Amino acid sequence: MIEHLPALQVVIPLICAPLCMLVRYRDWSWIVALFGSWASLVISWLLLQQVMDAGVISYHMGNWAPPLGIEYRIDFVNAFVLLIVSAIGAVVTPYARESVRAEFGTNRIYMFYTAYMLCLCGLLGVTITGDAFNLFVFLEISSLSSYVLIAMGKDRRALTASYQYLVLGTIGATFIVIGIGLLYAETGTLNMADLAKRLADQPLSRTIGAAFGFLVVGISLKLALFPLHLWLPNAYTYAPSVVSAFLAATATKVAVYVLLRFLFTIFNVKLSFGVMPLDTILLVLAVIAMFAASAVAIFQTNLKRMLAYSSVAQIGYIILGISFANVNGLSAGIIHLFNHALMKGGMFLALGCIFYRIASVNINDMAGMGRRMPWTMGAFVVGGLGLIGVPLTVGFISKWYLVLGALERGWWFAAALVLLSSLLAVVYIWRVVEVAYLKPIPEDAPKIEDAPPAMLIPTWILIGASVYYGINTDLTVGVAKQAAQQLLGVGS
Amino acid sequence: MTAVGLYNYWIVVFLMMTGFYIVIAHDNLVKKIVGLNVFQASVFILYITFGKVQGGTAPIIAEGITVYSNPLPHVLILTAIVVGVATTALGLALVVRINEAYGTIEEDEIHIQDGES
Repeated sequence: MIEHLPALQVVIPLICAPLCMLVRYRDWSWIVALFGSWASLVISWLLLQQVMDAGVISYHMGNWAPPLGIEYRIDFVNAFVLLIVSAIGAVVTPYARESVRAEFGTNRIYMFYTAYMLCLCGLLGVTITGDAFNLFVFLEISSLSSYVLIAMGKDRRALTASYQYLVLGTIGATFIVIGIGLLYAETGTLNMADLAKRLADQPLSRTIGAAFGFLVVGISLKLALFPLHLWLPNAYTYAPSVVSAFLAATATKVAVYVLLRFLFTIFNVKLSFGVMPLDTILLVLAVIAMFAASAVAIFQTNLKRMLAYSSVAQIGYIILGISFANVNGLSAGIIHLFNHALMKGGMFLALGCIFYRIASVNINDMAGMGRRMPWTMGAFVVGGLGLIGVPLTVGFISKWYLVLGALERGWWFAAALVLLSSLLAVVYIWRVVEVAYLKPIPEDAPKIEDAPPAMLIPTWILIGASVYYGINTDLTVGVAKQAAQQLLGVGS
Repeated sequence: MTAVGLYNYWIVVFLMMTGFYIVIAHDNLVKKIVGLNVFQASVFILYITFGKVQGGTAPIIAEGITVYSNPLPHVLILTAIVVGVATTALGLALVVRINEAYGTIEEDEIHIQDGES
């Protein structure tokens, strides 16, 4: 049993998806989804322990030896990302029960859980696989199911948002296939470890260069790197609350992981950042994302849209860390992957609680919300402090390592820009705080209770974790450093 | 090989650009999906071209034949075709729902309606 954990990681959610469809009744399908997501969490935790104890795990699917068979290969990087994805899944599922009931027609609830399990399966599959084409297949499983999830939003604009995401997502995925195809044409293999070995011996040919370009652009579309982020704001704004929280915390993170895998493992640092000037390109785009997206976030009246733009900015920080291409910078990127998932997941869940009570997430309806729903708003504010990067929250840890990485690289201006852009986050979080706490409750506002515990507890688990890991950094920094060293191929 | 000998690749590039152009330039949502299909089809041809070995025959073991084409890209692209079909189906389903919600499938008219509401 224990040696088949890598397969079970993907197979359990995959089996749960049709089960949700078959049981049909909404609470039963919820229980199936709950089982699927919690089992995934347990498995990913065990896998991370195994990697810490025994190093890289190589699992041969169906006992076909790589490079011909499909290999699941787990090292520090993807063990950590697996944990992030499955942990968010495990926290979001209990929350989903109440939230989904309020936002969906009763007869569509089991379909939601089916798509949700498929999405989880796809995201875990992308992360765990060691085969480039298998990665594409899982990527499409997760993308197709997330288009469905987004289209389930109540507002009709959810449909156009989903359509726009479908078109851009498919273009991105097709670019990735072209890139993988060109790599196959050049090397004759699809296994990632094998690709890395064969590419290391080859001089840069035009085919490899083209493959590199297609892959970077395709993956950047998926991870919403500025200026390829246009699908993201609408998708997150009009999706159901649960879906926004889940996708914001996991989908882009997995795409960042794919970028890391391709840049550092398959191509090597020398090719990605030496021969190709990708570090400069990523640096510039990341800095623009940090400033432009944060600035746009300030002017949003829809809070979900504000958080969506803030996500684009936060992805900028992650990419900035990657562009440094040193251990501190890369660790900062990986730490922020985890930290941002906690903060943004928690904040979207808090907005879901507000939507559950007042059916709006517009800033004009937030007057006095700090007193009307104290626990929910409290979670939102603590998450917001994390986005700003206040000490004792996870955001501070990420920015600390980002600045260290920037200084190590000698790019002191990048360090200054990280600090400057944090001020923009202060502005957009403060706007909400001002309305929610300093404005009086409108006379005609109906009396409401705080969100039900079934929704508040998951929200606070994520927000609480974002404070806990801001104080105790053993897990995040420890694993992220190991992961960064593994990616850069320096002594561990 | 000369530029003419690589005509498969010229077709790939032509189809790719045509599909891409349709996706970007057309306002009609169904036409966009068709463009996306053409775009994906170009990649299918690209993969199938990789698999062809000059003078090679179908990869079935037979006496007297030593050169076979590489079947792996063909198998890969079967998977990609399935993905493409799923994407098209989902895209068209979304267009149907958009048509029910807005009463139009022209992107500019949808924008106008969203601007008002």
